[in-house]
Amino acid sequence: MATPLQTQTVDLAARFPGAVAADTRPGYSGFIVEKDRLVETATAVRDEFGYDLLTAVIGVDYLPENKMEVVYHAYKTTGGPGLVFKVQVPRVDPVEVPSLIDVYPGADLQEREAWDLFGIKFTGHPDLRRILMWEGFEGHPLRKDWKEPFYEEDAKPFKSRWPEGRHVSAEEKNPFKDNVNYPKNFDPEKWVPEGEALLYGSLARYTLKQDDDLGTDRIVVNMGPQHPSTHGVFRAAITLDGETIVGLKPVVGYLHRNHEKIGERNTFLQNMPYTDRLDYFNSMSNNFGYALAVEKLMNIPVAERADYIRIIMAELSRIQNHLIFIGMLLNDLGAMYTPALYAFEERELILDIFEAVAGSRMMCNYFRFGGVVRDVPEDAMQKIKDLVFERLPGKTDEMDRLLSENEVLLSRLKGIHVIDGETAIRYSMTGPVLRAAGVPYDIRRADPYSVYDRFDFDVAVRQNGDLFDNYMIRLDEIRQSLRIVQQAVKQIPQGPINSQKPQYQVRVPAGEAYGRIESPKGELAFYVVSNGKPNPWRYHVRPASFVNITALEQICLGTKIADFVALLGVLDIVMGELDR
Amino acid sequence: MYGKGILKGLSVTWKRFWSTYTEDIAWMLRGKKRYFNEDGVKARAGKDTRGIFTVQYPEEKLITPEEFRYVPFLVYDEGAEGKKEIRCTSCGICAKVCPPQCIWIVRTNDPNTGRPVPAPANFFIDADICMNCGFCAEYCPFDAIKMDHDFEIASYGRNVFNLEKLLKPASYYAGIRPHNAAREDEARRAKEAAKAAKAGAGAA
Repeated sequence: MATPLQTQTVDLAARFPGAVAADTRPGYSGFIVEKDRLVETATAVRDEFGYDLLTAVIGVDYLPENKMEVVYHAYKTTGGPGLVFKVQVPRVDPVEVPSLIDVYPGADLQEREAWDLFGIKFTGHPDLRRILMWEGFEGHPLRKDWKEPFYEEDAKPFKSRWPEGRHVSAEEKNPFKDNVNYPKNFDPEKWVPEGEALLYGSLARYTLKQDDDLGTDRIVVNMGPQHPSTHGVFRAAITLDGETIVGLKPVVGYLHRNHEKIGERNTFLQNMPYTDRLDYFNSMSNNFGYALAVEKLMNIPVAERADYIRIIMAELSRIQNHLIFIGMLLNDLGAMYTPALYAFEERELILDIFEAVAGSRMMCNYFRFGGVVRDVPEDAMQKIKDLVFERLPGKTDEMDRLLSENEVLLSRLKGIHVIDGETAIRYSMTGPVLRAAGVPYDIRRADPYSVYDRFDFDVAVRQNGDLFDNYMIRLDEIRQSLRIVQQAVKQIPQGPINSQKPQYQVRVPAGEAYGRIESPKGELAFYVVSNGKPNPWRYHVRPASFVNITALEQICLGTKIADFVALLGVLDIVMGELDR
Repeated sequence: MYGKGILKGLSVTWKRFWSTYTEDIAWMLRGKKRYFNEDGVKARAGKDTRGIFTVQYPEEKLITPEEFRYVPFLVYDEGAEGKKEIRCTSCGICAKVCPPQCIWIVRTNDPNTGRPVPAPANFFIDADICMNCGFCAEYCPFDAIKMDHDFEIASYGRNVFNLEKLLKPASYYAGIRPHNAAREDEARRAKEAAKAAKAGAGAA
């Protein structure tokens, strides 16, 4: 079944004649908005047309046309296709675009990312600092004229590998200390890092006016980057009033490797194993999103059997992710290791399936454009059936029995408010956190992709939006995922597993595509721009973890520092995906 | 009653605690070994596994499925008098498809004409860079490069494998991937037969 193409349902150009025009470039869709009327248009998109969820803010550098573009993807939380609008500005510094932070607060971190990597200045943004690179970094790395210190050629494959074929190690070519680009006249001895000052400066606005005579000092606590509860190298600079959080700034980028620049050097196919390394718990889901985006661009169908296999794998991935989530949340809360190791046991069995099917437990690299690599072996299929029909339902109930009524856990989780539905939507949150806040938004239902429309399952929703609901919704989702896999293994048809011939270099017509899936952590989307060459012109990942922490400050304000660990835990972030 | 939930949870851990013993005893009564043999490892990775779940590496190892992939190797056919007939033609597809670009191929030139000969003079795989994606094996048209099962390659130095280190016989390949090897051999034989038939028809 072919992936349904995004259809335009709203004529924005008619609403704003003169300011908005349809994007007529071949292969492109959406609307191009005049820079000066962007905020007005975005407000109308949100209020008049009802696109309340801004999922992606993507910078694109069109160097040959000497233009910079910012692409906005807005969706309705009630479902349906999205609305794409873009702003184009000349590529002359300073590149300025009005910030949409007042209309969609969820644009915050994504605008900072576009500033960091493209040097697009969002006027009106209150805290426009670098986010993934460090303050003091030279240049904006995703600009097409920026070259990394290990630069070899613009695009792979490199000539030095074949036909030249002389092996040289990178460290021989770029010895230590020569492998970093420094700004002109840079003296490391005299350089004062400005980043910390800016960071604490942005926290300084939380100074409290003292009404009484009893003066208390605010203290700044840095949680992380090396902290067992932050799930990787995540750092939060927190201002505390006693035990209460009164200000918080996430500091990320410690695991940044410029995945997107690597992606633009790669060919389309070569990106597939790199996507495994984003959210390394769910490489199957990452493959899925990227395959969807490129298939949309290539306009090719997916073999029907492959569609079923994809869904089985993606849902198994969701099950093991949520099991780990529960285990790790309990670890954070102090229930050391018992729930985590019980969860790991079931996860191992699922990873065994991935290993038998894809060849690797975590870095699956299983999807190809038009299908999957290979059929599921007979014994692996039998094991999937055994697990989803016999073992996992019971084990999910066991996890439920083990934890859900535990009074200590309940007193820790119940009534600690995470976020309410409205705020979550404003901050572009997606995934289980949004659904635990009472918004039944699940892309598998709201904007179905692949063959999800053929299965009978419920979108798990919880109403209170507290920590306990965030925990329970994971159990609900495991049960729904089991339902989907149970149906899929029954319905799966025989047939080829790829609609295309295996080829190492795919032909991708010029255009843009946005492929999104409901990953276990929220909306995972890939935005790919092709100019007809073997390498993508722009390859953007919209990871759920990254966008979800936009609301972290909102979530944590007014809570106790001890709950921060749990609040961060339920967001279920993975640094591989967050920092890219 | 306060504490009921805790007791309910404890009943789960209690049961799981005892099952580590009951499982071992059940295996003992059946006269089978649960540890340090293949049956035991298999059972521990099965759907009914209970009790102790861990595998005592390196004394025990997980059973690697056929599709398991690790750093690639080059396949050669054993010719007459132990001659190594390398399947690789140095066409460069693996080097071109490799995502982290960890394959370097030195081509052979004919000493008389100077033209390239379809055989690699040398072949480097930088195993420190290799991401084990399996693309090289997947897209090789000559079944010449395959993914290995040997994952114990830790060393004190750099792991840059050259042609000599990479070469492994076809029998080794058939040993680690019996189904794949059989299928590919069949396909190759069919192709050769078709070619021979075509050549025969052409000659006639």
